[in-house]
Amino acid sequence: MSTTTPPAQAEATAERPQTLRGAPKTGADRVVAGTSHVVLVIWSIVIVVPVLWAILSSFKTSSEIFASPFALPEAWSLTNYQTAWDQAGIGRYFFNTIIVVGSALVLVMLLGSMAAYVLARFQFPGRRIIYYLFLAGNTFPIFLAIVPLFFVLKGMALLNTLPGLIITYVAFALPFTVFFLYAFFRSLPDEIAEAASVDGAGLWSTFFRIMLPMARPGLASITIFNFLGLWNQFLIPVAINTRQDNWVLSQGLAAFAGQMGYRTDFGALFASVVITILPVLIMYIIFQRQLQSSVTQGAVK
Amino acid sequence: MTHANVAATPGSSTAPRRRRSPLTFDKASFFAVFLGLPLIIYVIFVISPFAQAFYYSLTNWSGFSPDMKFIGLKNYQRLFSDEIFLKALGNNVFLAIVLPLTTIILALALATMATVGGSSVGEVRGLRGSALYRVVTFFPYVVPAVAIGIIWSMMYDPSSGLVNGILVDVLQVKSLDSFAWLGDPRTAMLATIFVILWSMTGFYMVLFIAAIQGVDKEIFEAARLDGAGRFRTAVSITVPLIRENVQTAYVYLGILALDAFVYMQVMNSAGGPEYATVVMSQRLFKAAFTDGQAGMASAMGVVLAVVTLLFASLVFLVNRLTGGESEGKKER
Repeated sequence: MSTTTPPAQAEATAERPQTLRGAPKTGADRVVAGTSHVVLVIWSIVIVVPVLWAILSSFKTSSEIFASPFALPEAWSLTNYQTAWDQAGIGRYFFNTIIVVGSALVLVMLLGSMAAYVLARFQFPGRRIIYYLFLAGNTFPIFLAIVPLFFVLKGMALLNTLPGLIITYVAFALPFTVFFLYAFFRSLPDEIAEAASVDGAGLWSTFFRIMLPMARPGLASITIFNFLGLWNQFLIPVAINTRQDNWVLSQGLAAFAGQMGYRTDFGALFASVVITILPVLIMYIIFQRQLQSSVTQGAVK
Repeated sequence: MTHANVAATPGSSTAPRRRRSPLTFDKASFFAVFLGLPLIIYVIFVISPFAQAFYYSLTNWSGFSPDMKFIGLKNYQRLFSDEIFLKALGNNVFLAIVLPLTTIILALALATMATVGGSSVGEVRGLRGSALYRVVTFFPYVVPAVAIGIIWSMMYDPSSGLVNGILVDVLQVKSLDSFAWLGDPRTAMLATIFVILWSMTGFYMVLFIAAIQGVDKEIFEAARLDGAGRFRTAVSITVPLIRENVQTAYVYLGILALDAFVYMQVMNSAGGPEYATVVMSQRLFKAAFTDGQAGMASAMGVVLAVVTLLFASLVFLVNRLTGGESEGKKER
């Protein structure tokens, strides 16, 4: 991901000999480059330090945390993690989150790509209206819907249940998913779908055997963004999923921090934070390139 | 839906094949499942609540009992004479102005340094190692806001937090000893804004770096040959060229600022000292789920939605008036 690509340099060298790569740097250049590095390093430190500090504190006891923000833990034990996982219920919330986010992710990608595919590649009356309906969902704040949503779920006996939370996640992730996959399906070539249709493939099999596999790159980036969005979701669960057994990580974490008082186990709180961050950190390390290039494509478009 | 056609490129006539099969089982089931199923879920759980909110906002419904009386605009009248709500509205507006501005300026400055911080002689090129900076600064964007809020409320802790630890113990600013950043009405809001800034800057930095790299390099070289300095280039060349990205960033950050629920709820769940950090979403949540004022909460939701739409249109309008791309060009 270097910012200067070798081919471009070679070209520049050939065309404009005076702009060689090895052109001597002026003194001012060194100062600017130096200052830029210093500023960027400082900001990187500002980003990294709180995260590292939280990880460090997750190994300390509460009294060690109160004693000094700098001191290292006396013993590097996993006691806090055990407490967080068992007594604070983080373990349970963790599994709830995996079930809810996992199911919602599969469903929203399936339903979202199906709807986007139909909207992008078929002509029928009402197509534009439906498209704009999905667009509208991206525009209004969830807060406008949250009160009636509560009663919709209540009326369907889905309030405070995991299926209720899953279907709500799916519904609210749909507009984003449809919007981006719509653009993606539009960009796929027509010839292949036509060839499949000539070969006698039905609409169903054309989608699942040909179009969906072709859309894989688009699906991958939308899946990552949906994963992050759903894993980090807070408002929807605290509003419609209030039974403690069904809590997801974000709400369990907030409740744990909310009861902060003198008796709170701060070490365990830090451990809970680290447990919540760990999955996204792993995702980030694996998919960091893809994530950044999705943002990049969005910028250049 | 009986007209369902395979959409070839617009205008091309592949009609014969399409007309051949009016409505087979394959086609009917395909449309019912592919479009019908997502649409039903979406309408029940998203569109219908949005629409119902407008109606509920005109009632005195508590949410606890089925009793509901139509009271016209009374909820709105009460809202606009409710001091705490007005304070919250003011805080949201303040956030929507300050948060995008600071985040975008910082992100632009960092992006400029990472892209054009290299040599001023020869080809315009980026700073060595800028990939690493991007990876690091982007990271908070993926961390759950709840976790960020908790980490930072601990960072800001008056006695055992790292912020005062550095300021008091290391830098010897003794006047800040045990200073409660989130507990003092003078600093609570700015301290909170810094946290959101902290989490968002990396994302927009990456966005702007991509936008700057998408600009034709010869434009920068031309500016340089004309004798434009780096700062001048950044302000007069770079920003106008990537103004569409800046506009997008402004809208997204503004929408985030008008919500701000998670950060506020985690760092100061009661609204902060003297309601210094209270925002509309917190009042709405309290009215709906603690106070049993479903009608009133819906009215707050409507106000929040209207302010959000106004904000977005304002940004587009300002961009147009100051010479942004015209509508036609944007719709490419």
